[in-house]
Amino acid sequence: MAALVVLLLALAATGGLYAAFAPASKAQADVTAQSLEIEEGKKLFAVGCSSCHGLNGQGSSDGPSLVGVGTASVDFQVGTGRMPAQQPGAQVPRKKNIYSQAEIDQLAAFVGSLGPGPVAPKAEQYTSTNPEDISKGGELFRTNCAQCHNFAGQGGALTKGKYAPSLEGVDAKHIYEAMQTGPQNMPSFPDTTMPEEQKKQIVAFVRHTTSDEPNPGGLTLGSLGPVTEGLFGWIFGLGTLIAVAIWVAAHTTKAKKS
Amino acid sequence: MSHDMSENLPESHGSAGEVAEHGNPFADPGLPAHEPRRTDIDERAAKRAERQVSLMFVVSMLATIGFIASFVAIDPDKIVYIFPLGKVSALNFALGMTLGVALFMIGAGAVHWARTLMSDVEVPAERHPIEADDELRADIMEQFRQGAAESGFGRRKMIRNTLLGSLALVPLSGVVLLRDLGPLPEKKLMGTGWGKATQAMPLELVNMSTMQPMKAEDIVVGSLTFAMPKGLTTHDEDFQQRIAKDALMLVRIAPEDIKDDKSRELGFEGILAYSKICTHVGCPISLYEQQTHHALCPCHQSTFDLADGARVIFGPAGHPLPQLKIITDEKGNLVATGDFAEPVGPSYWERAR
Amino acid sequence: MSSASSTTSGAAKPASTRAKPASKWEAAADWTDGRLGIYSLAKANLRKIFPDHWSFMLGEICLYTFIIIIMTGVYLTLFFKPSMGEVIYDGSYVPLKGIGMSEAYASTVDISFEVRGGLLIRQIHHWAALVFVAGMLVHMMRVFFTGAFRKPREINWVFGFLLLVLGMFDGFFGYSLPDDLLSGTGIRFMEGAILAVPLVGTYVQMFLFGGEFPGHDIIPRFFTIHVLLIPGIMLGLLVAHLILVFYHKHTQWAGPGKTEKNVVGMPLMPVYMAKAGGFFFLVFGLIAAISAIASINPIWAYGPYRPDQVSTDAQPDWYMGFSEGLIRVMPGWEISVWGGHTLNLGVFIPLMVVFPLVLVSIAVYPFIESWITGDKREHHILDRPRNAPVRTALGAAWISLYLVLLIGGGNDLFATHLHLSLNAITYFVRVGFFVVPVVTFIVTKRWCLGLQRRDKEKVLHGRETGVIKRLPHGEFVEVHAQLPQKDLHTLTAHEQIQPVQLPAQTDENGVARKAGVLTRTRAKLSRGFYGEGSQIPKPTAEEHHEITSGHGHH
Repeated sequence: MAALVVLLLALAATGGLYAAFAPASKAQADVTAQSLEIEEGKKLFAVGCSSCHGLNGQGSSDGPSLVGVGTASVDFQVGTGRMPAQQPGAQVPRKKNIYSQAEIDQLAAFVGSLGPGPVAPKAEQYTSTNPEDISKGGELFRTNCAQCHNFAGQGGALTKGKYAPSLEGVDAKHIYEAMQTGPQNMPSFPDTTMPEEQKKQIVAFVRHTTSDEPNPGGLTLGSLGPVTEGLFGWIFGLGTLIAVAIWVAAHTTKAKKS
Repeated sequence: MSHDMSENLPESHGSAGEVAEHGNPFADPGLPAHEPRRTDIDERAAKRAERQVSLMFVVSMLATIGFIASFVAIDPDKIVYIFPLGKVSALNFALGMTLGVALFMIGAGAVHWARTLMSDVEVPAERHPIEADDELRADIMEQFRQGAAESGFGRRKMIRNTLLGSLALVPLSGVVLLRDLGPLPEKKLMGTGWGKATQAMPLELVNMSTMQPMKAEDIVVGSLTFAMPKGLTTHDEDFQQRIAKDALMLVRIAPEDIKDDKSRELGFEGILAYSKICTHVGCPISLYEQQTHHALCPCHQSTFDLADGARVIFGPAGHPLPQLKIITDEKGNLVATGDFAEPVGPSYWERAR
Repeated sequence: MSSASSTTSGAAKPASTRAKPASKWEAAADWTDGRLGIYSLAKANLRKIFPDHWSFMLGEICLYTFIIIIMTGVYLTLFFKPSMGEVIYDGSYVPLKGIGMSEAYASTVDISFEVRGGLLIRQIHHWAALVFVAGMLVHMMRVFFTGAFRKPREINWVFGFLLLVLGMFDGFFGYSLPDDLLSGTGIRFMEGAILAVPLVGTYVQMFLFGGEFPGHDIIPRFFTIHVLLIPGIMLGLLVAHLILVFYHKHTQWAGPGKTEKNVVGMPLMPVYMAKAGGFFFLVFGLIAAISAIASINPIWAYGPYRPDQVSTDAQPDWYMGFSEGLIRVMPGWEISVWGGHTLNLGVFIPLMVVFPLVLVSIAVYPFIESWITGDKREHHILDRPRNAPVRTALGAAWISLYLVLLIGGGNDLFATHLHLSLNAITYFVRVGFFVVPVVTFIVTKRWCLGLQRRDKEKVLHGRETGVIKRLPHGEFVEVHAQLPQKDLHTLTAHEQIQPVQLPAQTDENGVARKAGVLTRTRAKLSRGFYGEGSQIPKPTAEEHHEITSGHGHH
């Protein structure tokens, strides 16, 4: 009996002790992990980014300061392969991403530590489960986005060789981050003027339109409006009809070639 | 003036069937003799062509049956994947293809029939000049003169003139009837819904995404926000007319980057409220490049420099975008205290420049 | 008994002198003829001769697509609601659920998704419309380049021109009806264009829209214009156009047995009936198949129209593309006139001056050409384009201008897809508008002259056989074969117009008289059209004889 009491007391004490100390050590561990991540990020940054943005992200003549751009910006720019940029031009294009997500997170942590800015979203922020979000997002998309990215997210021209890129195949997270941060010449749509919920709706619409949405009428011809329709009408419409007309009007082959 | 008939037709180089003289190598040798086709001389070939034609008509019948069957059987919402079209409506595809085949095969059958089995002997037909001969012409002229004389149209000038007068006037009734198609322009195009705002009773700007008023600190540099006047809702009867003039584009530019002093004054701490309606033909211009501060119109590519009072730097627009003066009220919300200083949207004759 | 009674009744009532019909079919035909006079109509037309050539069927493509458009259009009116009243969408298309829109837009979405086969009919209607206008343009070019517009067919050319212009505008009105984001943008453009008209612009705008843009009247009004007014006029013009085609009889290419006084081909009944009738089904079938495989104007994806929303790639259908190009590349000129009035030249010049000019220039061409040539004769044999170098070059220049403007109208898509600067394309079109037609004119004219020379060569020296012969002294020559008589005739059948001469500077009394400006202009133009350097003199029989007999066959 006494043994049992001692055991229970011991267990309680251990539990108590654990309860008292464990959170602190976890927080300790978190802080350590974070500073470790920032350290790692700093190393990656020095190799891949510092030649343009400076060793401490202060910017140079070749690249802007990254103080205050936030982790969302890094996640977008590196995650879509835009950064590191290959060459200067009217616009830095999307290309194959060369970093792992873990490395991107480390880079983001480092840049995030330079100054507060938009924070990369969590999955639940950009993943919509409500089908009504699609139509609400559609209306918001047409007010805020379609003027550059076209009604079906196919992108469009801007001035002097710049362009709004196609949204086809872009990750939901990256669409969300682009709205948060306003990469390159795209204006930003911060949470103060476009709340998280609305961003989620826009993402739902874009993902639906560019990937799930069927094309009931047949070939979309690029969803680019009347220009491609006109080309198709001339080539396959009138073109085929003229080919048929040639058959209709041609003389039938003679039995004996003269 | 007399017309000689033959003058109207150039000399022919020979007529059909006529064998030309050998002296002139370029003379018309006449229509070549008809050469038979296989189906003309080979009964088996003709039979084969007949079967082909019938087969096409049978395929058409089958396709029509297919059309009706598709119409009945396929759910309009059904989506199928068809290479290389992608995910398409099964009903649209089935109806279109069956209808297409049904129609095409009728045509193909008829043409094949004509090309293989109907006579293909080319024959000439005479042309007759369009112009009448002189005798007919003189006859008609005489008849007309007689009719005109009998009516007295030329002689009785009073009748003629009053008739012409009444015929000229009567269409005016139709023109007058068009008056109620719409109101007179008056000053309608001059002002916008922002005109309700005054110094004493400012009008809040409402964010078109959230439908909420905005504070100055909500608008960050590099962002783009669209706004309309408070009190307007999308279900209003006149929403479309109102938004066609009242829509605003809000940007914030670091004050030191704003090149136009007047524009800076109209704005609030670098927040500039421009009309979203292009001054060219009225498209909602909003392709804003936040680094260059250029706004491009998607319709005709007029480009405005929003950092320089929306000056036109490219494209067919004739004048800058109007800018609305904004301040903040006691709650810190962005408000307008009056209308645009000039009409928004495309320019028109009565618009003062 | 029966014969006796028939003779008596025959005596009582005057009997028709007509022979007893051999069959029920003939009896029915007799009955109709007694009321409509179909026999005399058929006499002129049943065995009417039509020449066969694929290019003569372009007009048929237009006729048939027009019929298809009318049939499908009538079907669409059964479901379309031309109203701008607001409704909240609650149909099966998820991305629009709960969104406010006009009844016009909602009913068009319903035609696409709720009416079985509605989407197909909509797509046939729209594809047929694109092909219709394209067909008219190509048909018109065929008539232009072959000189088929010459006397007696100038009026029919004008009818055809009016059909083209009306077709373009009716297409624009149809594009505007669904009240989707794209069509509303088009109407907005039209509003801006109307406002740019000096003096009356604002009045016309208010009257057309029933108030300020967009109001609630524009869709119902456009509907009436689109389905009744313009198609009605077009139907009338079309009938007149066809009557004239029958009345004038078809033109034909030069060839053996073909003269200005005949038309060679196969008779309407049965060959042409089968071919032309069959071609209708071929056209309809192909357009139905295209509508099964390719989407057109997916209005559900554009969303409903709101004046504060827009999508990039805002373009009209292709046939309005050249006016879109004009307006996109025009510099933004706006001037103040008469103290305080605004003249928006940036819109006024391209739309009210250049746009009509581009169109009218082709409408009046036949009259200009006949004035220059002074030719009063009828022409039924077609010109080969090479044999009218200046006309062909002018036509090619017009087409090149049209194409340059189409590039201007799609400048944003050319920019994104060819990775060019939007601004650079616009600058190119601004320069190209003036330069490209001139270059095209020069190149085409020279090309035509080259082809004329080649024809001459062929006539005089025969065609190359590809057979190489070694002469006794070792020289290699290619054997040229003399062309057969029919080819010699075909290649030399065209006539070569001589430039008009200025009247003598002095009259018969030796008094100097000066030719008027018009006369001198005409003479100058005539020299440009038909003078030296504008055509290669065609070979004469003497030349041919000399070569063929003198040197033997090369």
